[in-house]
Amino acid sequence: MYAQLVKSEGTANRDEMTPEEVAFQDRIDRNEKIEPKEWMPDGYRKTLIRQIGQHAHSEIVGQLPEGNWITRAPTLERKAILLAKVQDEAGHGLYLYSAAETLGVSRDELLEALHAGKMKYSSIFNYPTLTWADMGAVGWLVDGAAIMNQVPLQRTSYGPYSRAMIRICKEESFHQRQGYDIMMKMCAGTPEQKAMAQDALNRFWYPALMMFGPSDKDSVHSAQSMAWRIKMNTNDELRQKFVDQTVPQAKFLGLTVPDPDLQWNEEKGGHDFSEPDWSEFYAVLAGNGPCNAERLGARVKAWDDGAWFREGLMAHAAKHSGGRVAAE
Amino acid sequence: MPSLPDMTTPNLAALAGDATAQGGHPAVPAPDAGQPEFTEWLQRVGDNCLILGHRLSEWCGHGPALEEDIAIANQSLDLIGQCQLWLGLAAEVEGRGRSADDLAYLRDVLAFRNVVLVERPNGDFGQTLMRQFLFDAFHLELLRGLESSTDARVADIASKAVKEVAYHLERSADLVIRLGDGTADSHARMQKALDLLFPYTGEMFADDATDRAMANAGIAPLPSTLKPAWDAVVAEVLTAASLTHPGEVWQHGTTGTGGGKRGIHSEHLGYLLAEMQFLQRAYPGATW
Ligand SMILES: [Fe+2]
Ligand SMILES: [Fe+2]
Ligand SMILES: [Fe+2]
Repeated sequence: MYAQLVKSEGTANRDEMTPEEVAFQDRIDRNEKIEPKEWMPDGYRKTLIRQIGQHAHSEIVGQLPEGNWITRAPTLERKAILLAKVQDEAGHGLYLYSAAETLGVSRDELLEALHAGKMKYSSIFNYPTLTWADMGAVGWLVDGAAIMNQVPLQRTSYGPYSRAMIRICKEESFHQRQGYDIMMKMCAGTPEQKAMAQDALNRFWYPALMMFGPSDKDSVHSAQSMAWRIKMNTNDELRQKFVDQTVPQAKFLGLTVPDPDLQWNEEKGGHDFSEPDWSEFYAVLAGNGPCNAERLGARVKAWDDGAWFREGLMAHAAKHSGGRVAAE
Repeated sequence: MPSLPDMTTPNLAALAGDATAQGGHPAVPAPDAGQPEFTEWLQRVGDNCLILGHRLSEWCGHGPALEEDIAIANQSLDLIGQCQLWLGLAAEVEGRGRSADDLAYLRDVLAFRNVVLVERPNGDFGQTLMRQFLFDAFHLELLRGLESSTDARVADIASKAVKEVAYHLERSADLVIRLGDGTADSHARMQKALDLLFPYTGEMFADDATDRAMANAGIAPLPSTLKPAWDAVVAEVLTAASLTHPGEVWQHGTTGTGGGKRGIHSEHLGYLLAEMQFLQRAYPGATW
């Protein structure tokens, strides 16, 4: 997902909790929202910072693969739609950094950690976008997978995170629809266009399945996060839901999912499907994906090139606030 | 060639009025057909929006701060939206069955009519902002003039665009002031941007036969008449930004045969088009 392999800190074991922690857990179990100024276990705060920060980074790094085609969009309307979509992702980043700031970490600190390689972003954005069909596949599959995770997170226990998710989810369905619409046009188009669409599905299918992360049904980190309601489903549950939703959509397009073992399993009421290559997933997370260097490099360059601009604005604000430093 | 007043036949104005009421433009090529000056002029206005909108879109994901990334994308979207209206009308007036997309994606460099200023490469963010400010100040004056155009379709587009562009100017002027009067580095960059781009501003106000035809028909103000108001805005903002006005310097595209308005561009536009038009050129006739 946009936050993958987030290490959770804390203990789900009630016997080892302090009275404060028990009271906190009871509030969560009653579905109460936790607000910024209220007491929370240190582990809850730290885990949330990691998770929301990683999610925020994914939104802004996620601008880049689609940003790669804005200047080559084939019509004025497609150009405007794609630009609006990628701009939304910047907005999502902004909401999420703001949510993280309520936990006592600044946007600049989070960005520094990203730039230093100390914080991650979703593995999916390290794959290249090679043709216009990739704009379709990314909207359809990547935003589609993100929605799977983000819809339940609207009910997460931390108030600002939950509210950010509600705003984000409103926009995500437009993202997925514009992607699918591109795919429909390509699949109804020339043989070359249809081939591009199939190729895009071939390349993005397994990376999209990896977005949910490896199976975490036995993970203690996940158990703790689920107890705190900052993780709402297991990775396997979400992945299954995603496959079951996506397979008929691919069929409707007349495209073949690149998995010879994919089939409907009547008994479980879902599809059986092949696991992605998890060694590739770990390699991508470790920095060895096809575009890791470009993606992080582009973010670092934007930040470094923009330093004079941000400093200029701060200096101006300081001069014009009677000597007080107004900008933070 | 038909006489220019034909462009504003009452018949046409009424049709356009109906279209406005219905929220769209009518397909009325007949009265406009064969009026190359009008088509030419509409492409100038539309191409400025298209090329500048495209340049701004190059920043998406690479801005100096998230808020700027979002704001620049907004302006790009406004300009692309305006370009769709202007080029749509250009295609309609041309009456050869072309669409706004055909004009954007299937004309070659010599057929583009934008001023060279808007095709200048983005440079650093300061150059992008300075280019934006110098253009916005012109663009706003132009649109204000166009709101009272004798062509209802032109007035209609202008009254929609003027609100967006007023905001563009507010924002670009504000940032020019803050960065001009920021650090020594930001000041130096903004001065450099100004000195680099100022020689491309004269073209916006240079009148030619097309401009005079539009002015005579009451369709558009004569560009030179917009200059005093532009000068005043520029002087005021540069003073507030503590930047030095470049004064009377050489202005590209105002003499001889040069100038983007006449299709003579810088080398940069060809590359921009090669990128922008790639899919339409590589897969002719495909729909997207
Ligand atoms: Fe998003
Ligand atoms: Fe997202
Ligand atoms: Fe999205």
